[in-house]
Amino acid sequence: MTTGLRHRLAERGVDRVLLLLVPAVLTLVLLFLYPMLYGVGLSLQPRTGGLLDNYRAFFADPYQSGTIGKTMRLALPAALINVGASVPIAYRLRGRFRGRRLLTAILVLPVTLGTVLVADGLLRYLGPKGWFNRVLMAIGLVDEPVRLIYNYWGVLFSLVITGFPFAFLLVLSYMSGIDPTLERAAATLGAGPWERVRRITLPLLAPGLATTFVLAFVLAFSVFPSANLVGEPANETRVMAIAAYDAAFEKYDYSMASTVAVLMGVFELVVIALVLLWRGRLYTGSTGGKGA
Amino acid sequence: MSVPIRRPRRRGGPYAWIVWGGVAFFLVNLLALILSVVVDSFATSWFGDWLPRGFTMRWYAEAWDEFGLGDVLRVTLVVALAVVLVALALGVPAAYALARRTFPGKRLVLLLLLLPVLLPPITYGIPLATVLYKFQLAGSMAGVIAANLVPALPFVVLVMTPFIEQIDTTIESAARMCGAGTRQVFLRVLVPLLVPGILAAGILVLVRTVAMFELTFLVAGPDSQTLVVALFSAAFTPGIRAAQAIDAMAVVYTMLSAALLAVALMFVNPTQIVAQVKETPVD
Repeated sequence: MTTGLRHRLAERGVDRVLLLLVPAVLTLVLLFLYPMLYGVGLSLQPRTGGLLDNYRAFFADPYQSGTIGKTMRLALPAALINVGASVPIAYRLRGRFRGRRLLTAILVLPVTLGTVLVADGLLRYLGPKGWFNRVLMAIGLVDEPVRLIYNYWGVLFSLVITGFPFAFLLVLSYMSGIDPTLERAAATLGAGPWERVRRITLPLLAPGLATTFVLAFVLAFSVFPSANLVGEPANETRVMAIAAYDAAFEKYDYSMASTVAVLMGVFELVVIALVLLWRGRLYTGSTGGKGA
Repeated sequence: MSVPIRRPRRRGGPYAWIVWGGVAFFLVNLLALILSVVVDSFATSWFGDWLPRGFTMRWYAEAWDEFGLGDVLRVTLVVALAVVLVALALGVPAAYALARRTFPGKRLVLLLLLLPVLLPPITYGIPLATVLYKFQLAGSMAGVIAANLVPALPFVVLVMTPFIEQIDTTIESAARMCGAGTRQVFLRVLVPLLVPGILAAGILVLVRTVAMFELTFLVAGPDSQTLVVALFSAAFTPGIRAAQAIDAMAVVYTMLSAALLAVALMFVNPTQIVAQVKETPVD
């Protein structure tokens, strides 16, 4: 390479430092990009029929296309609940007080439970003979056990228990990033507590909330173990992940499995894109919750 | 000696009580949920009563023998540690390049890093499993490690990049002025400064890999199952094994990941993952 060219490249930021990127990028191209493209290609080569026949078959069969709605019906509320519940709790925890660290640790602890233990616990605790139903019947709220497992609710509970700690940690982190002096300034100018929340904290927090929602949604969207264990995997909680798994490992139709996997990615990215578009219209400044 | 100043008590108000009430309700139910698994794992038999008839340790012994828990734990640790080491070795240099340079195509590289974190593991897990089966890597430990690298490596890069951006470039220039080569700058100046970040990223990857179910599930063979996958398989084929033995295994899993989280919390302040906290000074 001539020195002239090297100079011009260096001015644009291209020099030998970029070689450090090569191993990581190469690994991802091999292990992520290539399989992804291979999967897309595979989805376009159905066992029988033409290019788009797999996609047509997926949308024509209500048992298959219904999984989209079922996944969204679980993932969207779960993400909303997890983010929504985190906000008031994080708001209460934003200052300094004794026991703050302990309380944070307790709220984050469910991260360690793992989906199987949560599923197992839900089956025992919420089951017809579990403590929850026993207590309800003992105080006379209900006459017979409430059915909370092997259906939609069991999966939703499991998604909330495993997803809440993540959402809470992020929201707390964004909340702590908001300069506390702003709120005090507003108070000095005569804003009441509710007004301070509505006009100062929430607008500054909004971009961070959007990011948290995206991550909480991603976590909930790939629901697989709990939909199998505490849900009704043949019917009410047959989510896209189950449809993809069934196609691959029950019917050995890898082409169809790739189709479902691709569609899963597409629908998830659509939701993420919508949230991020909305987020782009929010304020992101230096004093904010660093949601940028 | 400082005179203790009486600070006004935080006024709760009804709204605060609702929030704390909700938290308490959640925590009580969660505790009961965990307890019902723990109690059952020690139970001789438990049908339709408030508490089981008697208690025993034998389910743990049974889980240990029957599930080959020793082997499973060994595989879990080897896989997790290998993923951490490889992800760090490849990710930290990449993060350095991303933190220090802007270059044409940088957005593409960032997209390549973001997608594995955003997409559901099943989406790329199924094609990846097919590819790995084609190259006969699936079912082996190497395949499991490779699959787990896909989310772990971008995670390391994304966590480390802001860390490196915080380090003043003049420190590097000074080292170069004193005659240090690139390798020396990296190993003797940057890495020591980055130790907290590297530890944080490494431990988070370790926790995530131990918990990663889908990818391992899709590519693991009988000898390369990690604990989560073994646990799921046991729980998903009920009737073959006593429910209590599965509970015992779930408890072992939770203890393991709780221990990891405790270690992680020693190195990472959970509220400072995304922002430097500006805390009010103690008065």
